[in-house]
Amino acid sequence: MSSTATGSTDTLTPVLTSGWADERSWTLDAYARRGGYAALDKAFAMGPDAVIEAVKDSGLRGRGGAGFPTGMKWSFIPQDNPNPKYLVVNADESEPGTCKDIPLMMASPHTLVEGVILSSFAIRAHTAFIYIRGEVLHVIRRVQAAVAAAYAAGHLGRDIHGSGYDLDVVVHAGAGAYICGEETALLEGLEGRRGQPRLRPPFPAVAGLYASPTVINNVESISSVPSIIANGAEWFSSMGTEKSKGFGIFSLSGHVQRPGQYEAPLGITLRQLIDLAGGIREGHELKFWTPGGSSTPLLTAEHLDVPLDFEGVGAAGSMLGTRALQLFDETVCVVRAVLRWTEFYKHESCGKCTPCREGTWWLVQTLARLEKGQGSEADLDLLLDQCDNILGRSFCALGDGATSPISSSIKYFREEYLAHLTHGGCPFDPAASTAWSDRTVGATA
Amino acid sequence: MGTKLNHESLAELREIAARYPQPRSGLLPMLHLVQSVEGRITPEGIEACADVLGISAAEVSGVATFYTMYKRKPVGDYHVGVCTNTLCAVMGGDEIFARLKDHLDVGNDETTADGKVTLEHLECNAACDYAPVMMVNWEFVDNQTPESAVQLVDDLRAGNEVRSTRGPRICTWREAARVLAGFPDGRADEGPSAGPASLVGLGIATERGWSAPDADQTDQADGSTDHPVAEEAHQEAAATADAGTKEAEAAVVEKESPTTETAAEKGDAR
Ligand SMILES: Cc1cc2nc3c(=O)[nH]c(=O)nc-3n(C[C@H](O)[C@H](O)[C@H](O)COP(=O)(O)O)c2cc1C
Ligand code: SF4
Ligand code: FES
Repeated sequence: MSSTATGSTDTLTPVLTSGWADERSWTLDAYARRGGYAALDKAFAMGPDAVIEAVKDSGLRGRGGAGFPTGMKWSFIPQDNPNPKYLVVNADESEPGTCKDIPLMMASPHTLVEGVILSSFAIRAHTAFIYIRGEVLHVIRRVQAAVAAAYAAGHLGRDIHGSGYDLDVVVHAGAGAYICGEETALLEGLEGRRGQPRLRPPFPAVAGLYASPTVINNVESISSVPSIIANGAEWFSSMGTEKSKGFGIFSLSGHVQRPGQYEAPLGITLRQLIDLAGGIREGHELKFWTPGGSSTPLLTAEHLDVPLDFEGVGAAGSMLGTRALQLFDETVCVVRAVLRWTEFYKHESCGKCTPCREGTWWLVQTLARLEKGQGSEADLDLLLDQCDNILGRSFCALGDGATSPISSSIKYFREEYLAHLTHGGCPFDPAASTAWSDRTVGATA
Repeated sequence: MGTKLNHESLAELREIAARYPQPRSGLLPMLHLVQSVEGRITPEGIEACADVLGISAAEVSGVATFYTMYKRKPVGDYHVGVCTNTLCAVMGGDEIFARLKDHLDVGNDETTADGKVTLEHLECNAACDYAPVMMVNWEFVDNQTPESAVQLVDDLRAGNEVRSTRGPRICTWREAARVLAGFPDGRADEGPSAGPASLVGLGIATERGWSAPDADQTDQADGSTDHPVAEEAHQEAAATADAGTKEAEAAVVEKESPTTETAAEKGDAR
C-alpha cells in the first residue's frame, strides 16, 4: 500500500463530474458503461458495518455545508432501536450561490441512486427518500426516471442482486421553502407539515422521520459513497488536506470569465480556481466573494490564497459551506448585495423564533435606509447590535446565516456604507455590473 | 367555480399518500396534484386532501400557505420566474425583471390579461453559474438578457414552441405540477446532460490530462471498480469548455430545434 499522496494530486480531479459529458449520461446504460452499480456487490460482500467503517476511514465530511463526518453520523444510528431506520437525501439546494447538486442530479442521477443504496444498506434502512426542491422540474424528472430504471434493473426493490437486502426509494418534490434545507425542517416537510425546524436533541439519528432513527445527508455526500466503496477509503483520503479529505465540486459564479463547476481536492485556492476560469471578467478586479453561499461571511481579494478546506476558510473568519464561490468585481455595490441577501433571509425566515422573525425584519429596515443614503453612521452600530441579538440566539442556523453578510461587509467595507450617506444614495451604476455591460460601449469606465 | 377534482383525481391523491409509510407525508405532492387539476390551491382541493388524509382542512391550509410554490390565485399557462437573488440581480436579473414587468404590464405575482403568463421574481434557483437565470414552469432558461427575456415571453404568448436551455420543450404550468406530484410525463430523456457551465471544469481537466488518482495506486483492495471515462466523452467535454459559456447565450430559447441538439453543441458549431 502506498502512503497518501497529498501534494502530488492533479489540480482538478473529476470523479462525480467525470461522466457528465457522456452521451445520454443520465441513463442507466451510460452509467453502467462507466462501471456503475458495481460497488453494490462489493458492499453486500463487505456487510453494513464495514461500509460504515470505509466511509469513516475515507474522512468524508458532509458536503451540505456543515462538514460533519459522514461515517460518524451513520454510526450514531442506534441499531438496537426497534423502529425502522430511514435515509433522507437533502436535495433542497437553495442556499444562495449553491449550484452543484442540481447539475449532478441532472447529468448523473444514477450516481446518487447508487449512493443511496450503499448508504441505506450501511445504516440498515429499507426505505429512503430523496427530497428535491420543487423548483427544478427537469432534475426531478431525471431522478424519477433513474429510480424507476434502477428498480427495473433489480438495483432497487426486493432481494437486490440476490443479497437478501430490500430497499424502496421515494422521490419527493418540495414546494418552495429555503428553510426546508435545514434537516429537521426538511423532516417536517417530508411529514406533510409546515417546514419549521425541530428542537434538538433528540437528534434525527435517534428520533428523525416518524420519530425513528434517520440519517440526513446532502446529495454530494451520498454521491461520493460509490467511489469510496469502489476505489477504497485510502484512495479518497489521498486527495484533499489533513482534516478535509477528498474532492468536492467548487461552483464559480458571477464576474469570472468561465463560471461553472470545478471538481477539485479540498484545499485548492480561489486564486487557482480563478486562473483556471480564465480570470475575473476582462478589465475588472475581484472585490468580494462568498466561499460557501450567502450564509458564509464575505471574503475579499486578500483571501485569494486561503486553502478552500474546512480549516483554512474557518481560520480566515468564514466557512467552507457549500463551496459556492460567488465572485463580485468592483462594479458591485456591497450594500446592495447585502441588502438583497438580507431581504432573502427575511422572506425565508420560518417565523418560529422571535430573534430571526423580528430581527431579519429590522435588519432590512436599517439596511434599506442606509442604502438610500438616509440615516447616520450610528446605524452601522445599530446593525451590528441587531446582528448580535440574532447570532447565537436563533432557533436554527438560518438566523445566524442572515447576520454573516452584514457583519462581514461592515468589517471590510465600512467606508462604502458611509459613502452612501455622503452621496445621498448608492454611488454605483447597476448597469455596470450586468453580464451585458460591455455592450454599452464607453458608458462605463 | 366548480371543482375539477373528480373520482380519478381523488384516486390519484390516495395513490400519492400510499407511497409513504405514513400517508400525511404525501401532502406536499398532493397539493402539487391539486394545482395541476385546479390551476391553483382551491378550497375544494384543500378539502379533498384533508378527507384523504383524515386531517382538518385548517391543517392542510396551514401547510399550503407555508410554501411559495402553492398559489391562491390562478396561475397562467406559463409561470415565468426571474431570479433576483443577489448574484443574478447584479448580473442583470433586476433589469430583466423590470423590463418584463413593463413589457407585460404586470406587477410581481400577477398574470397577463390573456391569462398566459404569470410573472414572479424568484430566489436563487441553484443555477448561479448561468446567471442571469429565468425559469419557465420550473424549467431552466439560462444566461438571459432583457432582449432574450422579452422574446421568450412573446413566444410563450404567441404559442410558439419554446425549449428550456437545459431541458425539454416547455409544457404548461399544470402539466409541470403533475410531474411534481410524482406522475412522470416521459420527458426525462429530452434536453442535454448538462449545460456548458456545468462542464467547464471537466473540460479543462480533460485538456490537461488531469484526473483523480488511479485506485490501485492508493488501495490494493481487489475488485475495486475504477470509474473509467470514455475517450470521446473527454473530447466532447474539452470542446464544450472551449466554446465557453458566452456562446450559450446565443443558444438560449431555441424554437423548433431537434431535441437531441444541446445548447452546448450549438455553442460549438459557432
Ligand atoms: C437554513 C438552512 C438551509 C440548509 N439548506 C441545505 C440544503 O439545501 N442542502 C443540504 O444538503 N443541506 C442544507 N443545510 C444543512 C442541513 O441542515 C444538514 O446539515 C445537511 O443536509 C447534512 O448533510 P451532510 O452532512 O451530508 O452535509 C441547510 C441548513 C440550514 C440551517
Ligand atoms: S432562526 Fe429563523 S428560520 Fe430558524 S427557526 Fe428561527 S425563525 Fe425559523
Ligand atoms: S442567484 Fe440566481 S440562480 Fe443563484
